[in-house]
Amino acid sequence: MTVVLETIDLTKRFAGIVAANNIALRIARGARHALIGPNGAGKTTLINLLTGVQRPTSGRILLDGEDISGLPTHERVGRGIVRTFQINQLFGDLTPLETLGLAVSERRGQGLDWWRIVGTRPDLITEAVEILERFRLTDVINERTAVLPYGKQRLLEIAVAIACRPRVLLLDEPAAGVPEDERHEILRAVAALPADVTVLLIEHDMDIVFSFADRISVLVSGALFAEGTPEEIARDPRVKAVYLGEEIVDA
Amino acid sequence: MTTPPSAVRSATEWLSARARWQPLEGLFWFSAFAAVFLFPERHLILTEIAWLGLFALSLDLILGYAGIISLGHAAFFGVGAYTAALLAKHEIINEPVLALLASGLVAMALGFVTSFLVLRGSDLTRLMVTLGVALLLRELANSFGWLTGGADGLQGVTIKPVFGIFRFDMFGHTGYVYSLSVLFILFLIARRLVNSPFGLSLLAVKGNPLRASAIGVSVDARMVAIYTVAAGYAGIAGALLAQTTAFASLEVFSFDRSADLLLVLIIGGAGYLYGGLIGAIIFKFMQDYLSVLTPQYWPFWIGLVLVVIVLVGRDRITTWTAPIRLFAARLDWRTFARREAAASKDQCQ
Ligand SMILES: Nc1ncnc2c1ncn2[C@@H]1O[C@H](COP(=O)(O)OP(=O)(O)OP(=O)(O)O)[C@@H](O)[C@H]1O
Ligand SMILES: [Mg+2]
Repeated sequence: MTVVLETIDLTKRFAGIVAANNIALRIARGARHALIGPNGAGKTTLINLLTGVQRPTSGRILLDGEDISGLPTHERVGRGIVRTFQINQLFGDLTPLETLGLAVSERRGQGLDWWRIVGTRPDLITEAVEILERFRLTDVINERTAVLPYGKQRLLEIAVAIACRPRVLLLDEPAAGVPEDERHEILRAVAALPADVTVLLIEHDMDIVFSFADRISVLVSGALFAEGTPEEIARDPRVKAVYLGEEIVDA
Repeated sequence: MTTPPSAVRSATEWLSARARWQPLEGLFWFSAFAAVFLFPERHLILTEIAWLGLFALSLDLILGYAGIISLGHAAFFGVGAYTAALLAKHEIINEPVLALLASGLVAMALGFVTSFLVLRGSDLTRLMVTLGVALLLRELANSFGWLTGGADGLQGVTIKPVFGIFRFDMFGHTGYVYSLSVLFILFLIARRLVNSPFGLSLLAVKGNPLRASAIGVSVDARMVAIYTVAAGYAGIAGALLAQTTAFASLEVFSFDRSADLLLVLIIGGAGYLYGGLIGAIIFKFMQDYLSVLTPQYWPFWIGLVLVVIVLVGRDRITTWTAPIRLFAARLDWRTFARREAAASKDQCQ
């Protein structure tokens, strides 16, 4: 197993609480890794730390063995760590086409071109349109993102990330808030992610988690509680008690 | 999966639609240049409109495109004005166009340095910081009286002919052609810039900086870049004032100037480049007309206009002209033709 992304004693303290507590997480290249845990366990915080949106209180983050803890978000994106957001973070005034075009052009380092009119690079547009087709967004390609149906916006969240050509993709509850009958669209998109992309998926829906993951980490109160294959996690009585138990009780 | 070429072609067309020239734009510039011949007796106020429009265009670049609000944009205007006046007075650069460029560069340098102050913080912080910078510069100019002439302003400035040929006259004939030409060229550059991938990234930074950085955009660097460019534009606007009036005073830095500028842009609407120009026209003519009618009540009328605009535009004051722009876009036959085509296709299905 080659480790692509690794955290060493990663800790994040907010006033009063420890949202990430000495996390030592290792993600294998090409893995389908799921991160589960109750609400407020610190899952989103971990993604914020991995992507540089928040700075850790202590600890380090290694990408291919290299310390990236000090890099700003956009440089980590350049190195292939890309995320989606639990709560949509899209450009409401731009269209999906513009959003994707922008993401592709930034990835190619053409974001500072200020004398070229947008839409004059056929290969760039082809790539953007191709991704939009893959995520079944062609019918809304020129709509303002703000007016898109919620399900389409969730798809766009992932499509934008894919346009950045991630090596490690961090999906923060991609199906959150999507009605039951539209979930399959998201699931299909997640299942169809390129095999060479390493994926860390945060998800509450256990059906999705177990059908997707080849490895599962359980986070409880900011600390890694358990880790293993789906079978191991499903069998683990402690996990059942702390996490799955809660689900069952809820249901 | 292969993408049909037709899909790419239509996508290309949509993407470049923003950059396409509209008929109303042609009319706008044609009228502006026609005024050179049609209204020679109005050239003085038209000159003022030209540099005010450029100044507002500069604010639009940071506010309308990058979402950076400023209440101290006069800082750059003032530095440009004093630079141009000083260059002419001490005969350092005699040719006005070169002096104009130099003034723009000095303002850009100041813009670059101060841009780091507006990177962080809320709109309120930015208002205060930009206001502070402008006040600071005003005090600096005041205390360096030996250089700037202090409270009396910089007297005894003579502006040499443009390109060594066109003399400035007291009727503003040369001044208008000169200012309008500068405005037009800088407008073309700005138009190009906002319709480029860089311009699109500015809209992204304004719309959602969190996501912008998550797709690899260096948000800070983009803000520094556009703030610096806008400062240059403001500096050139100030230099135009200094050159066409052969004078610079502390008033160029004044708070009123920055506040009026915000008003000009709000009147015209931010985020489509013409807002500043249209706002400048309305503002100057209104000022001209109303201050003759009721000199002491001019601020009252301005206040009233502001209240009305905010009421009409509700919370989105910067886009209260959106219906007009939609109308303008509808006038464009290409958009129209595309709509028709789409409509007939819908009917067939
Ligand atoms: N910026 C912040 N400031 C202070 N506390 C925070 C901040 N962000 C998160 N927290 C706290 O840290 C804890 C972990 O939050 P986080 O959002 O990471 O949980 P989560 O596992 O993603 O939960 P959910 O499943 O509801 O999305 C919570 O108690 C939250 O209130
Ligand atoms: Mg979360």
